[in-house]
Amino acid sequence: MKDTQPLENSSYSTNLPARHRRGNHWQRVFFASTFVGIVALIVLLLNIINSAFGLVAVENTIDPQDLAINDIPIQQLHQTDLVYILENNLSAGLIRRLESETAWENRSREEIYDLVVQRVVEPKVVDTWTLFDSLFYRERITSTLQDDHPEAVLEFRSWLSADFLVNPQSPDPERAGVRTAILGSLWTISITILFSFPMGVGAAIYLEEYATDTPLNRLIQTNINNLAGVPSIIYGMLGLAIFVRVLEKITSGALFGVVDQTTANGRTVLSAGLTLGLLVLPLIIINAQEAIKAVPNSLRQASYGMGATKWQTVWYHVLPNALPGILTGAILAISRAIGETAPLVVVGASTFITFDPKSPFSKFTTLPIQIWQWTARPQDEFRNIAAAAILVLLGLLLTLNAVAVLLRNRYSTRN
Amino acid sequence: MIESQKSHQSPSDLLETSSQCTTPPDLRKKKRPGEMIIQALLFLSGAISILTTIGIVYELGKESLNFFTQTNWEQTNRDLQVSVQPEDLLIPIERSGFSLETGDLIRVEEEIMTIETITDGQIQVLRGQEGTSITGHTKGSEIFLSSQVTIREFFTGLKWNPQIGEFGIWPLLNATLIVSLIAMLVSLPLGLSIAIFLSEYASSRARKIIKPILEVLSGIPTVVYGYFALTFMTPLLKVIFGNRVVEVYNMASAGIVVGILIIPLVSSMSEDALSAVPRSLREAAYGLGSTKLETALKIVVPAATSGVVAAFIVAVSRAVGETMVVALAAGAGPNFTLNPFKPAETMTGHIVRISGGDLSYDSIDYNSIFAIGLFLFFVTLGLNVISQRVVRRFREVYE
Repeated sequence: MKDTQPLENSSYSTNLPARHRRGNHWQRVFFASTFVGIVALIVLLLNIINSAFGLVAVENTIDPQDLAINDIPIQQLHQTDLVYILENNLSAGLIRRLESETAWENRSREEIYDLVVQRVVEPKVVDTWTLFDSLFYRERITSTLQDDHPEAVLEFRSWLSADFLVNPQSPDPERAGVRTAILGSLWTISITILFSFPMGVGAAIYLEEYATDTPLNRLIQTNINNLAGVPSIIYGMLGLAIFVRVLEKITSGALFGVVDQTTANGRTVLSAGLTLGLLVLPLIIINAQEAIKAVPNSLRQASYGMGATKWQTVWYHVLPNALPGILTGAILAISRAIGETAPLVVVGASTFITFDPKSPFSKFTTLPIQIWQWTARPQDEFRNIAAAAILVLLGLLLTLNAVAVLLRNRYSTRN
Repeated sequence: MIESQKSHQSPSDLLETSSQCTTPPDLRKKKRPGEMIIQALLFLSGAISILTTIGIVYELGKESLNFFTQTNWEQTNRDLQVSVQPEDLLIPIERSGFSLETGDLIRVEEEIMTIETITDGQIQVLRGQEGTSITGHTKGSEIFLSSQVTIREFFTGLKWNPQIGEFGIWPLLNATLIVSLIAMLVSLPLGLSIAIFLSEYASSRARKIIKPILEVLSGIPTVVYGYFALTFMTPLLKVIFGNRVVEVYNMASAGIVVGILIIPLVSSMSEDALSAVPRSLREAAYGLGSTKLETALKIVVPAATSGVVAAFIVAVSRAVGETMVVALAAGAGPNFTLNPFKPAETMTGHIVRISGGDLSYDSIDYNSIFAIGLFLFFVTLGLNVISQRVVRRFREVYE
């Protein structure tokens, strides 16, 4: 006994530190993995911000100082002088076109000043730098700029600006904006909500409150679970086949006699909205089911006990109690829909439109489509505005999620 | 006993006694047409999901069937040597060029003919096949040869080149598999480690901070990840592996970013499975002297295997179906290569590129993307069904 005791002890004690070492080692690995996940998110966001802001080198075709009349700089010139500058510097054809759009006297001084800057001074971005380079390598930038473009002026630019939000699309990255894309996204999402929210909540109520355990109802449930895993691009193809082709009469508005001049086929806001609606329907149903399941059964029993019908019980007791959960789920589903790109490409989002969508039967583009288009271009400046558009999209999603949290809090305190 | 039973009046007795005094209350179930309509409407909303599935299978199947049955006319690079009269059955042809075989369908202008025999320098044909009318053809009219895409060719072909009638899915499938494999190599170890950390190691405060961050990661639109792959991951790979090895568009960059994109999916599904393992199992392990790591790896993870495996399978299905990242970063153009630093188009990337352009309906391109789509649908559906089976079959239930 006395011989074996220390032997066991020693093997035990030599083993234990090793086991603890291994434990600590792996704990560090697990923590590092988590850290990598967080770093990925941070790098992703920094990468976007890095491109959305930064120094640009601007070269003017005509120096604004040369345009000054009697040593008065153009910023302070009177309207008639500005018109005079325009007429002296632009071709007669362009002047006629501009005048036929709106006569000079009907334009404000600011509009004409903008015209002078855009058409006569013509500032051109000749080079761009990322935010990181702009902050830390300023000297190197100035020296290379002097070699490459001695005329150019260095200025700090935020590609995300008020102009960027309200300008329509343009082939020129400096003047392009996301106005049409934002409106397109809002139109599409409205239709998605109108279609999928009532449908989804209805289906959830049916499955949780009405459905008995029949093969058909089981099939519906399995089917919904499986649909949630179908890649979004497949929904796009379904939308293309059903909404754009088979139901073209409805989605192009021909049936209602409101054919948009610009759309000859079913590639409209309506088709896109319905396609996204089908896409998020399973998500809304599953979330709403969870919320309805969480409503305590005693509430239903009490309601039946008071003589309420099934629908009265659902409408006055189950739904109000499940509403915070349903809304949260629905908003999460909607934010998924806002970010979807692939199905809309397949359904046929326009890649370049400069007019606002005005009805469900308009051609459309959306923010993600715009981001995709701009990212796919090789020029740096398009990457910059793509980054700015991503910030707008993320801002939109953040607002939506904030609304979700607010709604949930408001309803849950009320109950 | 008998007395006590008698003292209780049965409901029917009660009814009779009350009917003697006043008119009987109608205790039958009231017909409520409103309720029935509502129930029918609710059922219809549920049935929409079935209609969606039927719609997907029907539409994709229909267009794919078109793809496999439609006749394409390939150029043979031969012209008619002499002008052909409506009554001619023998047509002289050049010896060199595209090979024609007995039984082939050929088309000259609008007329379709079947080749009966081929003799030296001329072919004997049956005129006016498939309901086309027999007409004369001038010298120099081009001869087209019919071809059809067979299912065998679709699944075994190593080239995808619609212009010359080559429709083998392998280049697209191969790229999809490589991108998914890279994505899995990134997301499975990281996702599972994060799940173990969150469920076994992290304090509740750390969990409260980390989980929302991962949710944000999963809420970012995929097109943003595409931007990230193209503007950050590709340059990073170029720095690491060299400018000449890594091309501007490559599968590795797309695969890594797809992996990052599905980390939250893997980690949250696995963490759910890990936290569902009852505390008593952990306590028992500690009681036997296990360290935290031993408890986590030898007790908790094995007990949650079904959930973790299901998470992995769902992640694979998600990676296979991921579109925008590969459309932006993996390159355009089908390319059969095993080098992850080369560009190659995946199935989803191809669908996006083809449908992003102006598509004419009933063209071979239009039909071909539906054939790919149908294949993709069945692959992802199969993976999801398997994952559900795994959960049901191998779940260990603890009380």
